[in-house]
Amino acid sequence: MGWRGGEQEDVELPTMPEPSNSPQHALFVRHLHKHYDDVRAVDGLDLMVAPGECFGLLGPNGAGKTTTIEICEGLLAPDSGDVELLGLRWDRDERELRERLGIQLQETQLAEKLTVEETVRLFRSFYARGRTVADVIGLVQLDEKRHARVGKLSGGQKQRLALACAIVGDPDLLFLDEPTTGLDPQSRRQLWDLITEFKALGRTIMLTTHYMDEAEMLCDRVAIVDHGKVIALGTPQELIGSLGAEHVVEFALLDGAPPLEDASLAAIDGVIAARRLAGGYELQVSALHRTVPALLALLAQRRLELAQLTTHSATLEDVFVSLTGRQLRNE
Amino acid sequence: MSEQRAKGDTSADATGLRASSLYQLITVRFKEYTREPEALFWSFGFPILLAIGLGIAFRSKPADVVHVAVVNVGPRSAALAASLRGDSGLAVEELAPDSAAVALRTGRVALVVVPSSLGAVQYQYDDTRPDARTARLMVNDAIQRGAGRADVMTVGDQHVRERGSRYIDFVVPGLLGMTIMGGGIWGLGYSIVDQRRKNLLKRLVATPMPRSQYLGSYVISRLIMLTIEVAVLLGFSTLLFGVPMRGSLFAIATIIVLSALAFGGFGLLIASRSKTIEGVSGLMNLSMLPMWVLSGVFFSSENFPSAVQPFIKALPLTATNDALRANMLRGAELTQLWPQMAVLLAWMVVCFAIALRIFRWR
Repeated sequence: MGWRGGEQEDVELPTMPEPSNSPQHALFVRHLHKHYDDVRAVDGLDLMVAPGECFGLLGPNGAGKTTTIEICEGLLAPDSGDVELLGLRWDRDERELRERLGIQLQETQLAEKLTVEETVRLFRSFYARGRTVADVIGLVQLDEKRHARVGKLSGGQKQRLALACAIVGDPDLLFLDEPTTGLDPQSRRQLWDLITEFKALGRTIMLTTHYMDEAEMLCDRVAIVDHGKVIALGTPQELIGSLGAEHVVEFALLDGAPPLEDASLAAIDGVIAARRLAGGYELQVSALHRTVPALLALLAQRRLELAQLTTHSATLEDVFVSLTGRQLRNE
Repeated sequence: MSEQRAKGDTSADATGLRASSLYQLITVRFKEYTREPEALFWSFGFPILLAIGLGIAFRSKPADVVHVAVVNVGPRSAALAASLRGDSGLAVEELAPDSAAVALRTGRVALVVVPSSLGAVQYQYDDTRPDARTARLMVNDAIQRGAGRADVMTVGDQHVRERGSRYIDFVVPGLLGMTIMGGGIWGLGYSIVDQRRKNLLKRLVATPMPRSQYLGSYVISRLIMLTIEVAVLLGFSTLLFGVPMRGSLFAIATIIVLSALAFGGFGLLIASRSKTIEGVSGLMNLSMLPMWVLSGVFFSSENFPSAVQPFIKALPLTATNDALRANMLRGAELTQLWPQMAVLLAWMVVCFAIALRIFRWR
């Protein structure tokens, strides 16, 4: 699948089916624009999410993910563009959409003086149909905390409670905005399990994240977003495969070493792309077992010494770096 | 409350009334409120403490003694002081000229008597101070008598101290009005802005919750809370201080409910846009402070010049206080209180109309 945003727009849009009454898409977004003052937060964004799919918007902070998801949630009005959810539109069907969507906002502080159970029961009361309060609390594994005040919960527990409030109406389409940001690894893993369970029920999920591992773990398909545009779209495997490199080698030389020129790095056996990073070099390689000895031989020949050498399998992070020249993390 | 009975897994499946979102919103309001000890103090403890304090400070006691000074310039001063001491309503000191001037300036004495040459006497006092004018009358009376003036007519005093004319009787309706105002403005303003600041308001409108129920839950829970607050304050002041309640219960209840709605609308309007606690606190103080001063909580609003009276009368707290006083102290019924009721009704309608139009839900 092609994933250069500009090309894809030209090729795919004319064949995009017009939205019809029988929703082929759980979510359909076309030509979305939204600007704040002079910042174009969303700049001509297109998305299609199939029913039952877990779809991820991956991008650095400020890429326009939250603006996009809040427009989809009917909490922000776009400057222009179409949004259709479950075959329904915000201007016509707000009431029904509110019943059928589950929403977790990026930063919500639920009332601290209420208990877990009171909070879930309040949210349950808003929906005409849905799960039982006890059921949902069990699902997010907060049984032991049901009589605890929200203010006393840990970050991970609060996030699970927010998830409980999002799914208590038994939604057909669930929006999660940065569901694990700021959590410790164990809490993140626990939330991933819960989201995976919800996915197994055949419901559609759209989530935003700036964690590549989260997108790889949870999402059937991922749109990489930067500067308000989709710059790549596909399954995590497709996106990583599109690099043509299965591995990434990062190394750094001792201080004071003369810089290595890109041409000689690119000429190393098995290297597909090479780039200089702050404090070192990064090579995308197709055959690690040939590249590493060749790299060491090159360094020995130049009498250069390594300060550091690491390798990892290619990830969505590397896809983002190769598309933008910037890194997702550290932002 | 309800969940004390709720145990076991079945509790989660609320049915009927308990499952309704309005009921849930109202009970949540109450829980949040009663779990906030400070809020409870400010709505119950504070007005009662204030009433106790004022009741003690202004309890019925013999008329105040008026402090005066005689400037010590020689034997004539001692004679004057002696004749003044004959009046039990006067506390007399003899002071050097400097100290007397200081005492007058700082208000420690209301009047200074300066014996001058040729047997004349000069009074120094601030003629805008009521106690100073009283002192002038008493001192002059005592000095003239001491100098040999005789009364030409026989008079007698009969003291009438009636319930309803004491300061505590004046101030309790004012405290009640202040409680209603504070409850409406703080109760709605602070809590709504806090929820907006925490993104909770945005989260709630992302559900099918009817927005009218959200606002309605505030108004209803406010009215229920107010009923308790008012009952406590009124019960306390009638039992302990014997503050009269001469009007009908229906009339006072109507005044209180209408006031609560007017101030509820006022609070909603103040909270309709702010995104920070600092912002809304500023607005609340800005709107409440003038009313504390102008609307006759601790002293009568009649003290202000007549030019500003129409403005003062148009303030909601003035309307509330005037109506409560007329009802409690003079037994006025609603038919006699229509100007105040009209003012409150107008505030209610205008505030709610604007607030609902400009309310920021996210």
